Amino acid sequence: MNDDPDAFTLGPLQAGPPCCEPQPLIQVRNLTLHYDGKTALDNVSLDIYKGCITALIGPSGCGKTSFLSAINRMTDLIPCCGIDGRILVDNQDIHHRDCDVQALRRRIGMVFQKPAPFPLSIRRNIALPLNEHGVTQKKEVAAITETVLRDVGLWGEVCDRLDASALSLSGGQQQRLCIARALALNPEILLMDEPCSALDPIASGVVEDLICRLQGRYTIVIVTHNLAQARRIANYAAFFWVRERTGQLVEFGRCRHIFESPREALTAAYVNGARG
Amino acid sequence: MLTDRVLTGILRSGALLSALIMLLILCFLLLESWPALTGLPVAGFLTDPSWHPLESAYNLMPMLSATLLASIGAITLAVPLGIASALFIVFFAPSHLASLYKRLIELLAGIPSVVFGFWGLTVLVPLISEWQPPGASLLAAVLVLTLMILPMIAITAYTALAAVPDELLQNAAALGLSRWGTIAGVVLPAARAGITAGIILAAARALGETMAVLMVAGNVVQHPESLFDPVRTLAANIALEMAYAMGDHRSVLFVSGLLLMLLVMALSAMAGLLEKHRHV
Repeated sequence: MNDDPDAFTLGPLQAGPPCCEPQPLIQVRNLTLHYDGKTALDNVSLDIYKGCITALIGPSGCGKTSFLSAINRMTDLIPCCGIDGRILVDNQDIHHRDCDVQALRRRIGMVFQKPAPFPLSIRRNIALPLNEHGVTQKKEVAAITETVLRDVGLWGEVCDRLDASALSLSGGQQQRLCIARALALNPEILLMDEPCSALDPIASGVVEDLICRLQGRYTIVIVTHNLAQARRIANYAAFFWVRERTGQLVEFGRCRHIFESPREALTAAYVNGARG
Repeated sequence: MLTDRVLTGILRSGALLSALIMLLILCFLLLESWPALTGLPVAGFLTDPSWHPLESAYNLMPMLSATLLASIGAITLAVPLGIASALFIVFFAPSHLASLYKRLIELLAGIPSVVFGFWGLTVLVPLISEWQPPGASLLAAVLVLTLMILPMIAITAYTALAAVPDELLQNAAALGLSRWGTIAGVVLPAARAGITAGIILAAARALGETMAVLMVAGNVVQHPESLFDPVRTLAANIALEMAYAMGDHRSVLFVSGLLLMLLVMALSAMAGLLEKHRHV
């Protein structure tokens, strides 16, 4: 059409979805989870989108944490726990027998409610999982340690005492160290199980800001009881409810929709504080 | 509150009594060994030509070296075995096997020392004798002591390992650590204080163990040149000679008792120091 060789033309379109379309990274299909034959989570299907923060909300005992632990197969550690349905991470079935659990957990970091740094030095807390996954060169380990500690805003506070015990840190610092430890393995996905609930309001705010900064670089799934927090930080929200001691997914959608114009009356009642 | 004050009083006097008894034993030992410590040249305990009490030769060194060597040998063997047993129970064994195995170890801890000695004398010593006569030897003492302190190390290590919080194990698993990586990197450091305390206790027991060692060690007063030489430990010496010792001889036996006690106290002080200088 245009014969002018200097004219600016676009190259052929790259295959794949356009960048503004959310891409599912984790696809949960008909997930049913039972402990000792009792169903804890019934037939949940949802997509977790790449680079987004997905909040899991709902009352206690509705299976949010069980759902979270199924994603990195922490449920394997519970002897009587059974799982039906499929969870695909990057189109790979993680419950397939060929799936390498250690490699999976390297890709999917997890942060727990109660910060539990290892009773080692701050430096060693981060070096230990790195060494375990084959990063043994001292220089490389030191560089990663500095990077992740800077990422969680802890470097300035601890750079002169990296060899001190991690247990000498305050609760909020310990939680940030645990996040740094998870980030050191360069995961794609971060699972967070109420990461702020054991912290005081100021430390909780620091961790919340940190989670917001991680958005985009990591795909984050966060369980929280703090609805205001979910509303502030999440892109998507999944609302779970418990019926006859069985957890169910009631509604999943964009965070704004869940909080402002939910489809279900139950969701509206919960997010407005009328139920739960 | 009255009850509060009464309770505090009872607890205080209980603690005081325990401390007092310990102090009294130390005073008694000092008092009884005083004649030897003041009347005899103290250097003689190190330099006398041998242990011949009737000829006033009181060299304690061969017996001290035998005591230390037997204990060190037993600790060297029992520590890895004990910790391995505890790790097996906590992390590797299926639960029914774990409880059975734990029961067995507790049973082993309850066997009276004289029975260990008896077994050593009738089974172990002849076995060693076939290989390297005379059989009653430092090696026999080491092996019998190993068996005796093994359950103590295993049980204390088990307690320390079982007390490692679940959260640490969860975190380790979530970071993709292998089972061995978790044990070496997280569990053992977390349980170190408890395991060390168990080892120190076991070492104290090995130093002071009398009957079983007396029955299998051969009781010749000498610096052992090999594992197969018969030896006499300080504790065995006291038991062997207390009945007929008189005068200076009797007093020197108390000196060796005092020496044993000092060794144990040094061990416990070392444990305290280790605890203080822990890296983390």
